Amino acid sequence: MLPESLVLSAILFAIGVVGVLVRRNAIVMFMCIELMLNAVNISFVAISRFVGIEGQLFVIFVMTVAAAEAAVGLAIIISIFRHYGSVDVRNFRLLRW
Amino acid sequence: MELNQLVFYLFAGVAVASSVMMITRRNPVYSAMYLVVSLFSIAAIFVLLNAHFLAALQVVVYAGAILVLFLFVIMLLNLGHDFEPDVRGRFWWFFGLGLGLVLLAELVTLLGNLRGPAEVDLLTPLFQARGAVAALAESLFLNYVVAVEVTGILLLVAMVGAVVIAKRRV
Repeated sequence: MLPESLVLSAILFAIGVVGVLVRRNAIVMFMCIELMLNAVNISFVAISRFVGIEGQLFVIFVMTVAAAEAAVGLAIIISIFRHYGSVDVRNFRLLRW
Repeated sequence: MELNQLVFYLFAGVAVASSVMMITRRNPVYSAMYLVVSLFSIAAIFVLLNAHFLAALQVVVYAGAILVLFLFVIMLLNLGHDFEPDVRGRFWWFFGLGLGLVLLAELVTLLGNLRGPAEVDLLTPLFQARGAVAALAESLFLNYVVAVEVTGILLLVAMVGAVVIAKRRV
């Protein structure tokens, strides 16, 4: 089932990329990033059958980093919402040229 | 076709369909709900790929913790009611879909031809000997214990950071 799993992971990753590009809501962009992380996790799990248990261990670390990233990112979104009253990424142009 | 493969295609289809629904719904609450469906199907695929503990972890951590956090923030900011239409215009759709298709083609040509030796299965004998959790835990806490400690520090830093950033006045 290796090729099917890798193709599924590629499809989900591409959907996540398209979602980040076409949405302007910062929270939905964040959800798309979570989807991309999950797509990579599928690849790790699929390959772990051939390389041993390390593939599955790496998924645990990816999940931890994803949880930390979600907590910090949502805190940033809340702080931005307090400042601008919206989570539309068009408002975030302080560091944009 | 084997039953295994049939179930795999079923859940893969559900995952892809709900992901597409997730990026096209205008209401962020619907997007979060479709993301839950997608993550559950990914958990089912983990089971089919012989990663039972990770499937449980996926349900608990993603569907249980991260998605609740997302929904909590959406409700806190009241984005479920008076959300602005945030899907970009037609140019961005063409650009995004084009870029996504190019990326997909690249990844599929790269990964789709990857074939492992079909008879190799390192996990099943290991899991049969040690159990699904003990096999993971032994490797995690004996060979990769430094990484576990570093990840713990990362979680601590993220927790402090989240509290400080979301605080009204530091």
